[in-house]
Amino acid sequence: MYQYDKYDQAMVDARVAEFREQTRRRIEGHLTDDQFKPLRLKNGLYLQLHAYMLRVAIPYGTVSSRQFRMLAHIARKYDRGYGHVTTRQNMQYNWIKLEEAPDILADLATVQMHAIQTSGESIRNVSADQYAGAAADEIIDPRPWAEVIRQITSFMPEFSYLPRKFKIAVIASDEDRVAMRWHDFGIRIVKNENPENGAGEIGFECYAGGGMGRTPFIAYKIREFLPPTQILSYLQAVLRVWNRNARRDNIHKQRMKILVHDLGEEEFRRQVEEEFQNFLALGQDVPQAEYDRVAAYFAPPPFETGLSDEIDRSDPDFALWADRQLVAHKAPGYAIVNISLKPTGGIPGDMSAEQMELVADLAEKYSFDEVRATHAQNLVLPHVRKADLYAVWQALDAAGLAGVNLDLVTDIIACPGLDYCTLANARSIPVAQRIAERFADLDRQRDLGELKIKISGCINACGHHHAGHIGILGVDRKGTENYQLLLGGSGSEDVSQAKITGPGFDEAGIVDAVERAVDRYRELREPGERFIDTYRRVGFDPFKESIYG
Amino acid sequence: MKILTGNDLKTGAVVWWDGSGWSLHVEDATDAGEHADMILATETAACRVNGGYAIDGVPDDHGKARPAHIKDRIRAYGPTVRPDLSLKPADPDAGSWVI
Ligand code: SF4
Repeated sequence: MYQYDKYDQAMVDARVAEFREQTRRRIEGHLTDDQFKPLRLKNGLYLQLHAYMLRVAIPYGTVSSRQFRMLAHIARKYDRGYGHVTTRQNMQYNWIKLEEAPDILADLATVQMHAIQTSGESIRNVSADQYAGAAADEIIDPRPWAEVIRQITSFMPEFSYLPRKFKIAVIASDEDRVAMRWHDFGIRIVKNENPENGAGEIGFECYAGGGMGRTPFIAYKIREFLPPTQILSYLQAVLRVWNRNARRDNIHKQRMKILVHDLGEEEFRRQVEEEFQNFLALGQDVPQAEYDRVAAYFAPPPFETGLSDEIDRSDPDFALWADRQLVAHKAPGYAIVNISLKPTGGIPGDMSAEQMELVADLAEKYSFDEVRATHAQNLVLPHVRKADLYAVWQALDAAGLAGVNLDLVTDIIACPGLDYCTLANARSIPVAQRIAERFADLDRQRDLGELKIKISGCINACGHHHAGHIGILGVDRKGTENYQLLLGGSGSEDVSQAKITGPGFDEAGIVDAVERAVDRYRELREPGERFIDTYRRVGFDPFKESIYG
Repeated sequence: MKILTGNDLKTGAVVWWDGSGWSLHVEDATDAGEHADMILATETAACRVNGGYAIDGVPDDHGKARPAHIKDRIRAYGPTVRPDLSLKPADPDAGSWVI
């Protein structure tokens, strides 16, 4: 994992000291609410429905055991004993006291963590594949480049007064596990396969203009192949075109996706390429040596060789879990373990301090000290020896973390919604809980196969409803909660935008409507088809009949 | 009926105007009526409340003011999915008026 150098640490420490002083002045009445708000938001501190909420950055979803123990410590000492994994691979705490916020940031800084750029009009935490460095299908580990991008986008002048927030994702496989094309800027690391010209070279396929929210767009491919060491020039070009042209009169029209759409893909690309040449000429790009320095921190752990790939499946409960929660690892004898944070009737993404500590212990003992947070609000132990899987499963099971539902109908993404969020129109979590209870039977879930349900409590779409095979959007209908049903979205490599089916439902009604859609899929599916495949083949009408009778 | 709410500056806890100060308990909320704006301005200027605002209230069975909108009823109670974190975790009926 990346380790701060003296510059990183000095910047973070200085920010903590600055915020401590700002907080003192606010509490003593020298700063008004309006004056203080942008300052606290710069440090990830929101005011939500019940208290302050702190969003802690987990860069590209990678966290060490020591850091995860610190997250547990914060949950226990400063919050109410739990935290919440977000759809951008971060950790949120819901019950923070302003007077303690500087102490929390100071504690985080001792383990090289912070909450900078987790809010406001900034370049947010860079997302990356949760299986990075472990996935059998990756070209290279995407995290060194994600880290380089984190560094060049932190406190960078060109990026300091953006029209709106800006989200970046980096993947290095054909499979997209981070909803890359729903980001403002996406990178897929590719290898040049052209035997005539530079075969074997690594490059970036670049996408721009994606985003959810009230005006959803899927990012366009704007460059086939960017030499990775030119990423600083290229990103600056993208940001400059946006900064130069973006509207600043209407908060709902200021995200880059709106500009890309308004200018048109071609014109946006043309302007970016023009600016790109200007930046390239300045010669300020990241030298290969700097990339190599960063990449050294992500060197593969010392995997043992000669390990067996056999898994003892004699315990049927373990076998069930192993069949669902494990993913192929690039090193023989190892597996990637997915830890479900979606117990039936639980709150998607929530975990207690004790659970965090257990996962930290397991990571230290069995996974080269690493934990990953996923955008689907689960966790990953990236490097577990197959011989250790049974012990890991037993420990997870004892802590209520051995759920068997990866990518199944109960592996629901849900934003905090009206239970916590001040912007919400409706609650998301209870809807997720009722759906999970309705489909609790594991045989039924497995029969239904991959089915991604995503729920947002308002049009801001933190719960990714646009990208759900089944999406649910909470709306306010004359002061009561109402839920719109959407079908046909995807955040994966088969990306698509879900469409609203028709009139909304109340809480009980939306659960029934989801079940009717799912039952219709079972009637219509052909062998091997997932829900989304059947939907795409037959279209919306057969589903509409079932949902609305 | 107008009731005033906001957050405690230091702790962020949800608070309600009770006629002379800020209470954690919505049961203490009083109708600020036509004085709502003036009270808010004074209290905000004195840093006694953070992010204060006025909302519509409705009388409950006992004539006490309760928030009219679900958002503020949830603020008054706590997250409906964690009754153990509400102000009255031992009372199974505590949240019955929220939804
Ligand atoms: S989608 Fe809306 S309700 Fe949900 S967390 Fe985002 S802003 Fe809040």
